[in-house]
Amino acid sequence: MSKIMIDGVEIDVPPDYTLLQACEAAGAEIPRFCYHERLSIAGNCRMCLVEVKGAPKPVASCAQQVKDQRPAKDDALPMVFTSSPMVKKARNGVMEFLLINHPLDCPICDQGGECDLQDQAMAYGRGGSRFDENKRAVEDKDMGPLVKTVMTRCIQCTRCVRFITEVAGVPEIGATGRGEDMEITTYLEAALSSELSANVIDLCPVGALTSKPYAFNARPWELKKTESVDVMDALGSAIRIDARGEEVLRVLPRLNEEINEEWISDKTRYAEDGLKRQRLDRPYVRVNGKLRAATWDEALGAAARALSGDANKIGALAGDLACAESMKATLDLFRALGSPNTDCNWDGAKFPAERAGYVFNSTIAGVDEADAILLVGTNPRIEAPILNARIRKAWLRNNARIGVVGPRAALTYAYDYIGAGPQSLRDLGAFARALGDAKKPLVVIGAAVFARSDAGAVLHALGALTLKRNGWNGFNVLHTSAARVGGLDLGFTPGAGGADARVMLAGGVDTLLALGVDEVDLPARGTVIYLGTHGDRGAHRADIILPGAAYTEKCATWVNTEGRVQYGERAVFPKGEAKEDWTILRALSARLGKTLPYDDLTALRAKMIADHPTFGRLDYAPGAAAGDARLGATGEFNAAPFASPVTDFYLTNPIARASMTMAACARAAAERASAKVAAE
Amino acid sequence: MSARRLAAEQPASFAFRAEAMPEVERQLAKFPPDRRASAVIPLLWLVQKQEGWVSEPAIRAIADMLGMAKIRVLEVATFYTMFHLEPRGRHHLQVCGTTPCALRGAEALKDVCLRRIGKKFVVRGDGAFSWEEVECLGGCVNAPVVAIDDYYHEDLSPDDLEALIDKLAGGETITPGSARGRQTSAPEGGAETLTDSALYDGSLERPVKLPNRPENA
Repeated sequence: MSKIMIDGVEIDVPPDYTLLQACEAAGAEIPRFCYHERLSIAGNCRMCLVEVKGAPKPVASCAQQVKDQRPAKDDALPMVFTSSPMVKKARNGVMEFLLINHPLDCPICDQGGECDLQDQAMAYGRGGSRFDENKRAVEDKDMGPLVKTVMTRCIQCTRCVRFITEVAGVPEIGATGRGEDMEITTYLEAALSSELSANVIDLCPVGALTSKPYAFNARPWELKKTESVDVMDALGSAIRIDARGEEVLRVLPRLNEEINEEWISDKTRYAEDGLKRQRLDRPYVRVNGKLRAATWDEALGAAARALSGDANKIGALAGDLACAESMKATLDLFRALGSPNTDCNWDGAKFPAERAGYVFNSTIAGVDEADAILLVGTNPRIEAPILNARIRKAWLRNNARIGVVGPRAALTYAYDYIGAGPQSLRDLGAFARALGDAKKPLVVIGAAVFARSDAGAVLHALGALTLKRNGWNGFNVLHTSAARVGGLDLGFTPGAGGADARVMLAGGVDTLLALGVDEVDLPARGTVIYLGTHGDRGAHRADIILPGAAYTEKCATWVNTEGRVQYGERAVFPKGEAKEDWTILRALSARLGKTLPYDDLTALRAKMIADHPTFGRLDYAPGAAAGDARLGATGEFNAAPFASPVTDFYLTNPIARASMTMAACARAAAERASAKVAAE
Repeated sequence: MSARRLAAEQPASFAFRAEAMPEVERQLAKFPPDRRASAVIPLLWLVQKQEGWVSEPAIRAIADMLGMAKIRVLEVATFYTMFHLEPRGRHHLQVCGTTPCALRGAEALKDVCLRRIGKKFVVRGDGAFSWEEVECLGGCVNAPVVAIDDYYHEDLSPDDLEALIDKLAGGETITPGSARGRQTSAPEGGAETLTDSALYDGSLERPVKLPNRPENA
């Protein structure tokens, strides 16, 4: 630790702290534009100037470290001043220069109200302008369907350049020209290809990069902000849902060091307009082959009739967006009816029974510490872009060596390609030693591997690797479904002698209750009751549609791929006549004469916690404490190569498929891919 | 200086000619394999040497050669004004217009260029010449200076410049340096000071007392 005097107060900070960090630790506020904790230091905005005793000029505090300061006279501690007249004047001057070429268009700027430049100009700016010349104007750049640019507003902090290059790992933004003519652009104005691209909007301290879908929609102070959890992938990123009235207008990231730091994927951010389209806002019943709008009474009556037959001939499947409450209610209802036919693995996956066998045991934050990472049957870049950014961080900062068994993809980091199929697991070559020697080895298995017929053999082969260290379990499953771990924790799997998803989807039951199952074809025979939110694949097949609430419209419990239980909060009410899912199931249970023993959410959650204690601990990832899992059995490998379950990142669930923004992104990505093929 | 953009019309592709390859290899060999990106400026120079300007396909080709992102090469190419982003004439004149040259008649040289070649940055109809005004070339002592292709031509009068243009147009080679026959920046007509031959024959040598010198040494 190094001692330093900040504004006359002595503090003790790590020697590699920058002066800016030391000042913050001492409680002084340092304005900044270019500096960002998670990006490299550029030192080009000059807003963070401070006075250092003995230095002839003000010092950019973001770019000097505490250990580089020499002692003041008579071996006194180095002295830094953050609010002296010199500092005030210096910041005043910097702000004046920044504003010279910045347009006065705050009234029509989407950043207004949440603009660093606006805020800091209030604190440090002069009252008026002394600049009589013409202001510079810059042509706007096309950065794709998500990022709207008004480049005249750009102050060249280069945060976007550094983010895309360092965190997203797709170096596409750069600063061309120099001096007054410096411009931020992509190469030939190509659309950004990163799945994390829209984070540059949050990073931009001014209104140069703003959100295209949200352009001119609202002012930040009009919005009701709800802190919730994302369900677009299985990571459960922390999000803030901004809504006005009954409309979700945008989704922003929330800080959660354990999961998403402060980034979210483009899908998390922009699938939100899918919440307004293709919605099921009233019950439907199929009459003479056609879906007809019905009342709740009719629909629930029809559903109860369909479910009241032979208990062995009814079944329930849970899709990717089913919350724990709805699965718990379904499970309790089916067990009460005497049916063992329940499954949350609609893809036919078979996970180990022990919790450690199906969660991400190293935790997402633990990826940062890993020094050897083996990806098996997964493409994290499209299955969980936030996790991919973590792996890239481990590769960059921790020198982690990465091996891939599975699809060969552009992952934003260099890796040893070991093979496409499970056969290559027999001999990992040099990588086996890298894993063995690693202090914190990490194996990430895609959830799709568990749906293979040779899942047992694959797991057995991986179980042979030594992945345990003291307090560290390197066996990790990367799910793609926000519902899956919750379903597995609840035991939403076939009961004794029950039919599994494969049997049910092949038409093994007469009545199938589908909780938002849209990624597979539901059976053509029998009665299908669909409880969901969107008119997607499942609803098209359904005989009875019970409209439920999307993740922004209900208080729900989600369990992420680490086994971390999180509560999502309601930002708006369900659309039209739709209801929160568990209340529908509760009403249905009453019709069936098996009334579920809970009348409100608190009681339901209490029952859930009583039956499954893991739900009692919020925001806790067990990590290595999850214990051991018995992994697989010996068996023959299947010749088929591993494949990622995600084919199009932008269209993985009904909400994303209903979103115009996601459709535009998918189109841009397809054009990029075909252009690449044409070039080769 | 105004915003520098890539030319609207671009060739379909770029490749170094075979005779340029030894120099390309030599430049690449200067840097360790994981620092290949350091060769970006030399390679852009070689592109410009070969084509006369830096085209978009060339930027892509260099990015591929050096394992860099295309945008990084574009950043470098647009940063340095000496990389031409649009086609130039076979001979490109850079007329220094900074104060010392301006005082010594650069304005008249610009008039010659305007009359003989045309507007700045516009290639003459026959493709032979283009010109631009640049900031200080650092040859102030021999002002006014015009850099034609790779070499400085100094002490130019408007007539000298016209003659140079005529020679180049006729396919002749021109000699760089002072148009008035000065040796580098030495005075015209030879040295005017330190001309006494006694300065150089040792006759003026005097013993020098150096501090800290041992006695009798």
